[in-house]
Amino acid sequence: MAIYSKDEAKRIMEKALSFSSSDSCEVNLDGSESGNIRYARNTVSTAGHRSNQNLVVQANFGKKVGTATVDEFDDGSLERAVKRAEELAQLSPENPEFMEPLGQQEYLESKTFVESTANITPEFRTKVAEDSINPAAAKEVTAAGFLDDSSSFSAMMNTNGLFAYNRETNANFTVTMRTNDGTGSGWATRDVNDVEKLQASEASKRAIDKALMSREAKAIEPGKYTVILEPSAASGLIGNMFRAFNARSADEGRSFMSKEGGGNKLGEKIVDERVNIYSDPQNIEVPSSPWNGAGQARKKMNWVENGVVKNLFYSRYWAKEKGVEAVPFPSNGIMEGGDASLEDMIKDTKKGILVTRLWYIRTVDPQTLLYTGLTRDGTFFIENGKIKHPVKNFRFNESPIIMLNNLETLGVQERVNGNLIPFMKVRDFNFTSLSDAV
Amino acid sequence: MKRRDFVKIAGMGAGATMLPSVPIFGNAISEEMLLIPGIDVAAKKVLADVALNTAKSLGATYADARIGRYLNQYVFTREEKVQNVVNTESFGIGIRVIANGTWGFASTNNVSDEGIKKATEQAIAIAKANARIQKEPVRLAPEQGYGEVSWKTPIKKDFKEVPVSEKVDLLLSANAAAMENGANFVNSALFMVNEQKYFASTEGSYIDQDVHRIWPTFGVTAIDKEKGKFKSRQALSSPMGMGFEYLDGDSSQKIDGPGGVKLYKHSYDIVEDATEAAKQAKEMLGAKSVEPGKYDLVLEPNHLGLTIHESVGHPLELDRVLGYEANYAGTSFATIDKWKSKNFEYGSDLVNLVADKTQVGSLGAVGYDDEGVKCKKWDLVRNGVLVNYQAIRDQVHMLDQKESHGCCYSQSWNDVQFQRMPNVSLEPGNDKYSVNDMIKDVEKGIYIAGRGSYSIDQQRYNFQFGGTVFYEIENGEIKGMLNDVAYQSNTKEFWNSCAKICDKDDYRMFGSFFDGKGQPSQVSAVSHGCSTTRFNGVNVINTGRNI
Repeated sequence: MAIYSKDEAKRIMEKALSFSSSDSCEVNLDGSESGNIRYARNTVSTAGHRSNQNLVVQANFGKKVGTATVDEFDDGSLERAVKRAEELAQLSPENPEFMEPLGQQEYLESKTFVESTANITPEFRTKVAEDSINPAAAKEVTAAGFLDDSSSFSAMMNTNGLFAYNRETNANFTVTMRTNDGTGSGWATRDVNDVEKLQASEASKRAIDKALMSREAKAIEPGKYTVILEPSAASGLIGNMFRAFNARSADEGRSFMSKEGGGNKLGEKIVDERVNIYSDPQNIEVPSSPWNGAGQARKKMNWVENGVVKNLFYSRYWAKEKGVEAVPFPSNGIMEGGDASLEDMIKDTKKGILVTRLWYIRTVDPQTLLYTGLTRDGTFFIENGKIKHPVKNFRFNESPIIMLNNLETLGVQERVNGNLIPFMKVRDFNFTSLSDAV
Repeated sequence: MKRRDFVKIAGMGAGATMLPSVPIFGNAISEEMLLIPGIDVAAKKVLADVALNTAKSLGATYADARIGRYLNQYVFTREEKVQNVVNTESFGIGIRVIANGTWGFASTNNVSDEGIKKATEQAIAIAKANARIQKEPVRLAPEQGYGEVSWKTPIKKDFKEVPVSEKVDLLLSANAAAMENGANFVNSALFMVNEQKYFASTEGSYIDQDVHRIWPTFGVTAIDKEKGKFKSRQALSSPMGMGFEYLDGDSSQKIDGPGGVKLYKHSYDIVEDATEAAKQAKEMLGAKSVEPGKYDLVLEPNHLGLTIHESVGHPLELDRVLGYEANYAGTSFATIDKWKSKNFEYGSDLVNLVADKTQVGSLGAVGYDDEGVKCKKWDLVRNGVLVNYQAIRDQVHMLDQKESHGCCYSQSWNDVQFQRMPNVSLEPGNDKYSVNDMIKDVEKGIYIAGRGSYSIDQQRYNFQFGGTVFYEIENGEIKGMLNDVAYQSNTKEFWNSCAKICDKDDYRMFGSFFDGKGQPSQVSAVSHGCSTTRFNGVNVINTGRNI
């Protein structure tokens, strides 16, 4: 087993640091047990199990830094890894941006580990695949899916007195359902810390329904439409927007967050005042580790409040340069939603498009955060409060900044890739061409 | 990506935003340790035989073993600073078996008799367990055993023998050149890879290969602080299947392109390119915004290569066509019925697209693929018509073909091999015709060089591509730089608008160093060669916005 308890991890890391003779030394110890199953064409294609463990040693002499890694933890291996890191540090050029390892930190309680997920068996994975394939086959639909689950731990310690430990479990499931005649496609995703909440067969059912509903899609003219974005569709653009929340690139003048004449947009209103986005490692729906790989404590942090930029990510180096407190990059994103269900939102829409997901999103212009990509696996035309018919997929060219300024309604939240994102209705979403892809 | 094999690059900070996200495999080692040879071929054969014999004794009808030692060196700098130097080594064995008509795979870094036996047993157990729900037994195309053979990338300078200090100095010189010529920021990097891989199969092949790849790259940014505007220009280098000699800057390999753009074939001058990049980034700050509409596009190879990759390479992967990648990358418009019709017009009759795993200097070149098939060249599109796909041993029977195409690859000993894109290239035109001749023939067009933003749908119909630099062509002449250019088209429509291809003197390769596919995802490296090519009447949009 590659999972060490807090005490075992502590013992290994203390041993490693006992061999250190550099100015300071920091070790990160990680281990995971993970399993997966992949299926396509209604049959299992691959399945596997992996057991990984790794210790990373970072030694420094002044600003000269060396890193070594090792996956065996007997005394001899630990000593060799520490010495190798020290040799590399001596040979390295100075890194002017090197920051001394942190001292002791206070961390919030972690909520990332759930025993049931750690106990997933190969039989469970096969069952998930079967429960996806069988209902698909019964409806002339072809299933392709992937379940990936892991139980892991992370720990770190350094010669300045820092110690951190966390255990985490995850299960991620995605499924694409295509009608056998190739004219319909649906998709669903689930990601959880607690496998009891996975509901994979429900996700498969949702994808089958979408596949059947999306057959014989009609082409409508590209242009600006009111859209209802499912959380999976909105999360891609919002996640990309977050990459711009970096104080350094903003201050350097090469980001959407850069201000004319210099400086950054901290404190400026950039989107509709109903937009509130924060991160919180202790949120029970999307828990994340209360510390990051550099040992920085994560806490609840507001990023956008009433449409105003409240925080930018400051690396420890950049924070020192600017004389401010370092702000670690968030480990999750929680966008506040409303009470409206998807059905309510459809009912309230006179004319619009329902989008299941956006695909192949790429930056077009980092200056304006303009992105392009396509709708996929379930795009529907809404008229007078009802889904009328499926429509052919669109290519879009849109900025999340414009999208969140054109907000109409916020709906209930769903978990997507470790984040909580609401359904949202947005006007004038810019579709620029049609795609024949199903 | 697996946690253990993924060492995050520390200290990259905001500078990293200009670089691709980089997977790093294996354990960090010292520069000197890169030069220590791995175990010798005779010892590898003994170890591989442990796997093959164990597999056979447990009932496997086929088995292969891949003993891999993967050495990587990456160097990262920004402006006058060295951000990181990473050396890694990864060593282990992957064993693949067919038992009860089903594939099984397991791997281990415990490369001892005991470790190999255990992994082989695991592979057999997985095969037998999955056989329960397997619908059709695996059918392998016949392949001969090649005995004990070897292959090596024909390099002149092994990157491992070039001191890190020399590499750092080269990048810092390029950075300095950019800064002196008006850049506000510059990030540069060198990626160097050596795969030492040994393949053995129950069919009697023992293949030892030494594969080298290199990619120098940078991003230069110029800023107009008052207006709050910035423009970036990426390197016009290409990742190559070459040694460190790619960075010699051999003048015989340089091409003077339209608009004064400097272009490179099998040798790259990074300092010169960084100098040009800085000047062009500054020029872009004041360049004209494109008028949307239909244009004749003159596409430079380092740009068109990515279009080939996305609109030809991926849709012709047989596993995509059949639906094995449906849940991730997607499927393909190029369905079997179109191929069977023998008259599906993928492009105009000038368009000849070939797959080639033997092309010298390319990223995909090897002697044998990762299931022991001797590599070759084959047609995908001939005279505009779709004639074949990319398929491996367990797939070609679905095309009623008897011979694997030899394009099976795994990113490491730790991952199972599967079908990966070979080099896919557009053949040059037969008639003598230069880029300057091509520009002269264009009334209203845009010349695009270098890779840019790219997005394509999951069946590879609709795409939108940007580029690195854009020049307006009016009445046969270059008028100046353009901004905010992207073209949108449909794969079939686009390739059927191909009107003219420059001759072989203009032919060069584009490369993708970290192409992703599969779940769990694996990367591979692949090249795409072509000469500058003209496409008529393509829809160009303006991507400029005011926020």
